[in-house]
Amino acid sequence: MSKALNMKFFSLALVFFASISFATANTSSDSSDGEKDLKTEINEYIQHHLQDSYDFSLYSYTNSEHEHVYIGFPLPVILWDNGLQVFSSSKLHHGDAIAEVNGNYYALIHGKIYKGEAGVSIDQMKEALEHDHHAYHKIMNDFSITKSVVMMLLTGLLMFWLFSSLAKSYAKNKGIPTGFARIFEPIVLYIRDDIAEPNIGPNYKKYMSYLLTIFFFVWFLNLFGLTPLGVNVTGNIAVTFGLALLTFLITNLTGNKNYWGHIFWMPGVPVPMKILLAPIELLGVIIKPFALMIRLWANMSAGHIVLMSIIGLMFIFHSWLGSSLSFLLSFVLAILELLVAALQAYIFTMLSALYFGFANEEAHH
Amino acid sequence: MEKLIEEFSFGLFIWQTVIFVGLVLLLKKFAWKPILDAVNEREEGIKGALEAADEARKELQNLNADNEKLIKEARAEREVMIKEARELKEKMIADAKGQAKAEADKLVAQAQETIESEKKAAVADIKKQVAELSIAIAEKVIKEELSNSSKQDQLVSDLVKDIEIN
Repeated sequence: MSKALNMKFFSLALVFFASISFATANTSSDSSDGEKDLKTEINEYIQHHLQDSYDFSLYSYTNSEHEHVYIGFPLPVILWDNGLQVFSSSKLHHGDAIAEVNGNYYALIHGKIYKGEAGVSIDQMKEALEHDHHAYHKIMNDFSITKSVVMMLLTGLLMFWLFSSLAKSYAKNKGIPTGFARIFEPIVLYIRDDIAEPNIGPNYKKYMSYLLTIFFFVWFLNLFGLTPLGVNVTGNIAVTFGLALLTFLITNLTGNKNYWGHIFWMPGVPVPMKILLAPIELLGVIIKPFALMIRLWANMSAGHIVLMSIIGLMFIFHSWLGSSLSFLLSFVLAILELLVAALQAYIFTMLSALYFGFANEEAHH
Repeated sequence: MEKLIEEFSFGLFIWQTVIFVGLVLLLKKFAWKPILDAVNEREEGIKGALEAADEARKELQNLNADNEKLIKEARAEREVMIKEARELKEKMIADAKGQAKAEADKLVAQAQETIESEKKAAVADIKKQVAELSIAIAEKVIKEELSNSSKQDQLVSDLVKDIEIN
């Protein structure tokens, strides 16, 4: 039984892996300008992949006429600039042309939307920005439905469908899990019994929804990051900032007297120490969620960079030995990343629970 | 660090927060609460069932103990009854024996009494007959003795002599 499962998993991983390398191959195989160019291209590709994008491109390649061809679909761009501006990201032409919307000019440069002027081409804008970073200003109020937003919405929908049907299956089967529930119930129970309850204490129930949602949200997004869709949601600092901010807010809004007492007036130490400890503790309040944010972002970004670099190596090595070795290495790494995906979700949930536990600790001196 | 801040997308942050908070609230209502409630209910159910089973086992044990006690009591009662019956039987036998003996004694005594009285009557009868016979004999003797006058004188003188002596 478990052997068959292993084989299934193995072949699944192989297929998924092959599709990643296939997608990568499409972008770089046609480039025959030399090794240096290939390396730069791979580097740019990785950099591009790590960033959010305004369209959902599955892969792109350069055709025989040296034109970039993108396979994917555009997404809506929503800007607040002289009123609400909504237009399709196809107008931005992947940064090859300026989009004109209601008399406003927008250019996509290095993955960001800049406000342009009439009669200035995108190449001129790029050149001006090279010399002076403030030649054109970025649109700050940018609420576009980017690739990451789409993935988050999809993950949200998936989670809602998955867990509400799970909840319904309980009602149908008189509290006995069937189907999906058999996979997810142990995880839910693990989060309750081994993460929430021991770390938070008797008040754990009010944090359960947040902890469960954050675990599955981060885990699923991490897993999506490993698919050939090429998304990197949890490797985006804005996303991890948002998650860490919520943990920070929940911790401090539910903090009890004892928690604040430990921060501003540490019990059991002499008065000079109390005064010395207060700013350090106060700093700790901010550093804890900050570390959460950096940890998740760095782990996921690093995983993507390393995995993609090793996949890129396959095309740099022209020998069958080097390429197959790096294939093997990237395969092992992809499996490692599967572990990291779950591990980072666990760590984020675990530490959030730990901080909630600090906020709920009762005085015991 | 500077690059990180440069890359920070405010819009993405807003979307992320909105989606995530919305997801937490939605899942809380439609998924986590029902799931945790169901799991809780099930756990309580299992706990209750285990407790009930334990209680039933204890009750059964109590019942068994009660049964054994009852059996013991019944056995003791039976023994007492048997003992009583045996005693009663012995007493009855003893009583009967005593009564029979008394009756027999009485009969023997009566018989003896009868024998005694018969004997006495017989003795008395014999005595009477002996006396009559003696008197008859004496009459005959006297008649013989006193057939002549000399003998009568003799007798009178003897009698007078006797009287003088006295």
